[in-house]
Amino acid sequence: MNGWWWLALGLLFVLLLALYLSMTAGRLDRLHRRIDSAETALDLQLLRRSALALDLASTGVFDPATTVVLADSAHAARAAQDDERGSRGLAESNLTRVLAEALPDREDVDELRDDPEAAQMLEELRGTCVRVQLSRRFLNDGVRACRQVRKQRFVRWFRLAGRTPWPETVEMDDTPPPGLAPH
Amino acid sequence: MRIGIVCPYAWDVPGGVQVHIRDLAETLIERGHEVSVLTPVDDPGELPAYAVDGGRPRAIPYNGSIVRLTLGVKATARVRRWIRDGNFDVLHVHEPLAPSLGGLACWAARGPIVATVHSSVERSRVLATGYYLAQTVLEKVSAIIAVSENARRTIVDHVGADAVLIPNGVRVNRFAEAAPLRDWGVPTVLFLGRLDERRKGLTVLLEAFPLLRERVPGVQLILVGPGDPDEVLADVEPDLRQHIICLGRVDDVEKARALASADIYVAPHTGGESFGIVLLEAMAAGTPVVASDLDAFERVLDDGRCGVTFPVGDHEALARAVGDLLADPERRSSLSDMGRARVRRYDWASVSEDVLHVYESVITGQQKVEEDLRGQIVGRLARRGRGVAP
Repeated sequence: MNGWWWLALGLLFVLLLALYLSMTAGRLDRLHRRIDSAETALDLQLLRRSALALDLASTGVFDPATTVVLADSAHAARAAQDDERGSRGLAESNLTRVLAEALPDREDVDELRDDPEAAQMLEELRGTCVRVQLSRRFLNDGVRACRQVRKQRFVRWFRLAGRTPWPETVEMDDTPPPGLAPH
Repeated sequence: MRIGIVCPYAWDVPGGVQVHIRDLAETLIERGHEVSVLTPVDDPGELPAYAVDGGRPRAIPYNGSIVRLTLGVKATARVRRWIRDGNFDVLHVHEPLAPSLGGLACWAARGPIVATVHSSVERSRVLATGYYLAQTVLEKVSAIIAVSENARRTIVDHVGADAVLIPNGVRVNRFAEAAPLRDWGVPTVLFLGRLDERRKGLTVLLEAFPLLRERVPGVQLILVGPGDPDEVLADVEPDLRQHIICLGRVDDVEKARALASADIYVAPHTGGESFGIVLLEAMAAGTPVVASDLDAFERVLDDGRCGVTFPVGDHEALARAVGDLLADPERRSSLSDMGRARVRRYDWASVSEDVLHVYESVITGQQKVEEDLRGQIVGRLARRGRGVAP
């Protein structure tokens, strides 16, 4: 009789464990999904930013030196695309610095706005820079939440994360250019 | 953009969160977006065209008080149907930590979800709500917005997640263009808020009133807000009582007109305010503000530059501040100008832009908001019932 009780208790334990593991696996799956879409979103915003930088360089509102450097860094940021993340971060940070140089303060930017085409691009660029910052912030927050779950003992013992690689934050300088700061 | 917004509290009950959602929804619609608001409501006839009936709220004891919530199987089914039919690009849930429609929507949906946290809560309350539950709800949320620094701190400290600060908005023009209710002919001080809610601080103002009458003979007090005046003013002497006018509960238009008709707006709150939207409304109407020095109020008033502050609960200081300001029309007009300039940044026109930036930062272009059937036996059966392969 006693043996049956132990068996029942053991079964109950296994059942609870299975339930817990399946719920946690579901959580992890949601978190990975969230990170995936956050990465896509950040990618989208970064691509839009470099495209706008290229367009802006091609309008000819900048002096020749700035035009060349801006176009070059925008190209580099787009080329770094399929590369390792570290190098892309560097290229995007570099573009951030060049944009800051090209659009150093509001007075300069107001002058550039005399060109209607450039004015529209600058407006779009302003929004895009804000969204790049937000997207990266949301991505890194998702990575933080995911890591928290993946560090749990049961998750590691039972390999609940499967073969999904350990999530990495994206580090880069994404400060919007001072000339495009909100009024 | 197709935007689905979930309101946690009954639409026809006055409250800050409901006003926030209404103004956000209407501003977004004005900007050309398609918005649907799912909200609990007592009388569905009251709903504007963009709102969808989310069920009737029921009174449930929770956390030591009675709250009116919409929960249960029926509500869940409504939420799921709304998500299925909505085909939203982004889902915007308000007050996700409250056990309400917002939490249900988070459970039922997947894809780009944004959540706005309005209130700041004590740690014990978050734990009581269920830390694990809060965690799993917020894990599905791609971006969290906090309307105040205090609300942001709640999220950062207690849940460990990040939140973007986007302050509450005011429809500035509504207040700026309001015609004064009437010319009172005497110096007029205005109070706004529930008369019988202690933290709104009416008692402090009533204590200050006799002192103020000594300094400025003829000054009158206008009380705007729900509550029984006879009960609240029971201890006020009859000769003072006749200088207090109660307008009762008013609609937004009347509120704006009342503010515009007053010489000074007083906010004697004693605590619990995380933002201070009323201060912004007074500033938008061009009415100088005298407020207690709560952190939230100091921030709204730009560290006291755009209004006069006094120590919380100090009725003598309040009487002094109001008296001095009534005697100084030049300072009043400069405060009015500074207030009008200050409030521009809180105009929904610019606040909604920040919210749109957040939406666009979580939208990826391909993935829409869809029903989440993962791990839900009932949901899976329902889907099978509809004839879709599981």
